[in-house]
Amino acid sequence: MQKGEKLNDSQEIRIGVFICHCGTNIANTIDVKKVAEYASKLPEVTFASDERYVCSEPGQALIRDSIKKHNLNKVVIASCSPRMHEPTFRKTLEAAGLNSSLLEMVNIREQCSWVHMHEPKKATEKAKALVASAIAKAGLLEPLYPLKFKVTPSTLVVGAGIAGIQASLDLANKGFKVYLVERAPSIGGHMAQLDKTFPTLDCSACILTPKMVDVPRHPNINLLSYSEVKSVDGFIGNFKVVITKKARYINEVKCTSCGVCAEKCPVKNIPSEFNLGLGKRAATYVPFPQAVPPTYTIDKENCLWFTKGVCRVCEKVCPANAVDFSQEEQEIQVDVGTIIIATGYDLFDVKQKPEYGYEMYKDVISSLEFERLLSAAGPTGGKLVRPSNGIEPRKIAFIQCVGSRDVQTNPYCSRICCMASIKHAHQVKEKHPDAEVSVFYIDLRAFGKGYEEFYARVQQEGVNFVRGKAAEVYKEPNSDNLTLVFEDTLLGEVQEQEFDMVVLAAGLVPRTTAEPIQKMLKLSLSPDNFFLEAHPKLRPVETQIAGVYLCGCAQGPKDIPDVVAQASAAASQASIPLAKGEVVAEPTIAYVDQDLCCGCKVCESVCVYDAIEVEATDENGKAKVNEALCTCCGSCVAACPARAITLRGFTSEQISAQFEALLKPAQQRD
Amino acid sequence: MNAQELIQKHKLLECIHCGICTGSCPVSRNAGLNIRKYMREVVAHGDVTVHSQNELWSCTTCATCGIRCPKEIIPYEFLIDIRSLAVEKGQVAATIRDALESTFKNGNPWERIRSKRSEWTQGLEIKHISQGAEMLYFVGCTPAYDPRAQKIARSLAECLGKANVDFGILGVEENCCGSEIYGMGEKGLFEFLVEENMKIFRKHHIERIVTGCPHAFHTFKNRYDQTDFEVQHHTQLLSKVIEEGKLTFSKELKKQVIYHDPCFLGKQNGVYDEPRKAIESIPGVKLLEFDRTRERSLCCEGGGGRMWIDITGPRLAENRVRNATKYGAEILVTACPFCLSTFEDAVKTTGLEGKIQIMDLAELLSLAL
Repeated sequence: MQKGEKLNDSQEIRIGVFICHCGTNIANTIDVKKVAEYASKLPEVTFASDERYVCSEPGQALIRDSIKKHNLNKVVIASCSPRMHEPTFRKTLEAAGLNSSLLEMVNIREQCSWVHMHEPKKATEKAKALVASAIAKAGLLEPLYPLKFKVTPSTLVVGAGIAGIQASLDLANKGFKVYLVERAPSIGGHMAQLDKTFPTLDCSACILTPKMVDVPRHPNINLLSYSEVKSVDGFIGNFKVVITKKARYINEVKCTSCGVCAEKCPVKNIPSEFNLGLGKRAATYVPFPQAVPPTYTIDKENCLWFTKGVCRVCEKVCPANAVDFSQEEQEIQVDVGTIIIATGYDLFDVKQKPEYGYEMYKDVISSLEFERLLSAAGPTGGKLVRPSNGIEPRKIAFIQCVGSRDVQTNPYCSRICCMASIKHAHQVKEKHPDAEVSVFYIDLRAFGKGYEEFYARVQQEGVNFVRGKAAEVYKEPNSDNLTLVFEDTLLGEVQEQEFDMVVLAAGLVPRTTAEPIQKMLKLSLSPDNFFLEAHPKLRPVETQIAGVYLCGCAQGPKDIPDVVAQASAAASQASIPLAKGEVVAEPTIAYVDQDLCCGCKVCESVCVYDAIEVEATDENGKAKVNEALCTCCGSCVAACPARAITLRGFTSEQISAQFEALLKPAQQRD
Repeated sequence: MNAQELIQKHKLLECIHCGICTGSCPVSRNAGLNIRKYMREVVAHGDVTVHSQNELWSCTTCATCGIRCPKEIIPYEFLIDIRSLAVEKGQVAATIRDALESTFKNGNPWERIRSKRSEWTQGLEIKHISQGAEMLYFVGCTPAYDPRAQKIARSLAECLGKANVDFGILGVEENCCGSEIYGMGEKGLFEFLVEENMKIFRKHHIERIVTGCPHAFHTFKNRYDQTDFEVQHHTQLLSKVIEEGKLTFSKELKKQVIYHDPCFLGKQNGVYDEPRKAIESIPGVKLLEFDRTRERSLCCEGGGGRMWIDITGPRLAENRVRNATKYGAEILVTACPFCLSTFEDAVKTTGLEGKIQIMDLAELLSLAL
């Protein structure tokens, strides 16, 4: 059949019906033979049969052969959810020379046999009704043809932690243009803040910085640091992105990173974000020595010129003449075919657990702060000391699951904290072999490659693992030490022990700053508020929005190996449309009958995807559907007062026919 | 209630045995109460284990276990149900039995006769609610009868009078609020008290209640399942009238004052700032803080029926008054008649008499009027 051609009205409708056993999944509950027999007697049905696995090759062969043998022009398959096998069967139809839209699927597994497992008789009746309804619709099906769009061969990557860096490098190495946007002055993300990585104890900076350095050097990567995505329009293959590049007040090209500006800057007491407030920085700064780009940034909030209108010392001392107070925020527009979200995570705010006394006691710190205390580039130069007095700690406690596995805060497991604390415990032992280290845990989850082995090693090093969630940290009057109260649940004993430092293994939470991009792209969130993948198992890096992919902790807490693997997966997925050069979209979308449309714009107001628009003409503007953006949700169809809009593949006639068949009294089906 | 019902009601199968409940329990070390094990035993044995009186009745229903539970299980409510089983079987200490009987008969657990309920008002002009007033002052059993706690009632009446708050009392019509009865597990009697009290409140068209007892406050607010009236704790009302300039001070009080958060006011209802604001508004007063303060306040062991049963072991109230002096406090202020009573006892047993005074917020304020 040629494109645009309708089934001839006079052409006889010949429907083939295939009822799947799905092994025992369906057949154990539903009498499939009876359903097939019933279907065979319905008008317009030429052939009906049942099959053990319709999705199997013999099953598909049956369909293909039957189409040819019986000259079928419509197919109904009653099996599992169309989400499972609709694409499979569409291809089967195509292979037999039928338009793939002439298929109607009935879900008699999830929506029938599984839910009515204990009522086989009624389940069979229901299956008959569902099949009859599908047959009624099938009779009215029209051939539809997929839509094709050209693709801009470039990708926007949002966030330049290890996830964004890995995804960008992969795409760039494949030969695609990448725009990598990072809101902070430097790329690197949380991984740059870590001292060592578990379980191999690689120096985090040592393994990360080579990748960081590769980013700006790569001819295919356009790094936009200190920038934010302002808006995204368009659709897969054709996104239009506006990026705001914030003013650094220091020229990126001229700056030689000599650091004289920061040295001479009189404002030196700003808590360093990179060191989580444990160290200070000047108002002119690079966040850390290996920053990429190494350009200095003037922090407008604290710079004396911006706050008080005085100073400008940096401008006078800069040997490269790079300071430029007249610099302004820039807007950059780029066209991309795909987008990768790699916005990472925030650390759980441990202040929400007042029982642990964070902020009350200087020696109670978060696990990320502990990383900075261990790091040679950190505020203490890698010397592990108590923040309260600068003395080496002798007794350190690690409290697990702070903000994780807790329905009051975050019900999920943050996945990295067990291993991070085991690593920290090891590092304490390495620096101070005599120090006593205790880890208070609920369950120790050492699930990754080499993790359990690492845990065993740290146990052998003498770290005391106590099964019990620490209950409270307090201080006796006039004491320098912290008293920790806990139940050793294996003994069933409540104990109090003194420590001179307590580290809270804080959980991972969704980045609050990722909210604008989520709204812009209308991305769904899972119940934990991380970005939701299209399918938890089979489409783990795609989203419900075509052309938008996820990786790293933006999708959920994970450790570095998982982040890197997922980033490569997202890059791979995001490159598919780029490599193909075109995208094919489902033909089941809305279309407007121009004769009926009165241009009232009601459809515009109900479409959450901005996929329908009344054209601005002098008079009688008509609604027009953006075929790439339409998701076939049906809102406009229901809202249109002139009934001018129809969904292809779900027309009112088709739906009515389905209802009529469904509502027919059961006795008429015998 | 059998094991299965307990498991269902308290979501015991969801417990991950992290131990934060038992670790947080203020009496677990002294009395040996391990609430987590209690819950586990019901699940593992399918039966309710018999526990020693000392353990079972040591719980003060301070609620810390429930507040910190990561699975939102409420262990102290489970324990109250275990107490209910003991109460049903009559397996309770004579003192508890007497308190329950007295509440049924006299409307108070102190075994005092009803006619003496407004004895504390002697010499004060306080109107009965039936004479018409904007607000009911619900006195509560302890401030009504206990000679030491009566001073709370008298001071509060003085403060409210000075601030021109139009209030009245129920006099001998007033009943036990039921808070401690609930905590002792006598839920039938509690329901009876709720009905009786609601009848009386309705009769007098009560729309606003102020009480000096956090236990009554919590119970009216959270356990009465009613929308007839609003209840305030006196710390909230006092802080408000001070802020509005209705209650002013004429004297300076050059004192170092430390405030103890009662569990039923702080942890269970989040009232932390109002009492502190009120204290700090007194000229000359310096407010000190315990290390274990606000959400981490250490229970005084006065709640959950503990006023009517003697549990062996050292007293947390002693720790509290000792620490108060270590922080340099001259007055330990609280806002609960039970805290007041346990601290007064602790001052004696620790030999700190003359070194520290125990006061209710209302008493402290009235010193500066």
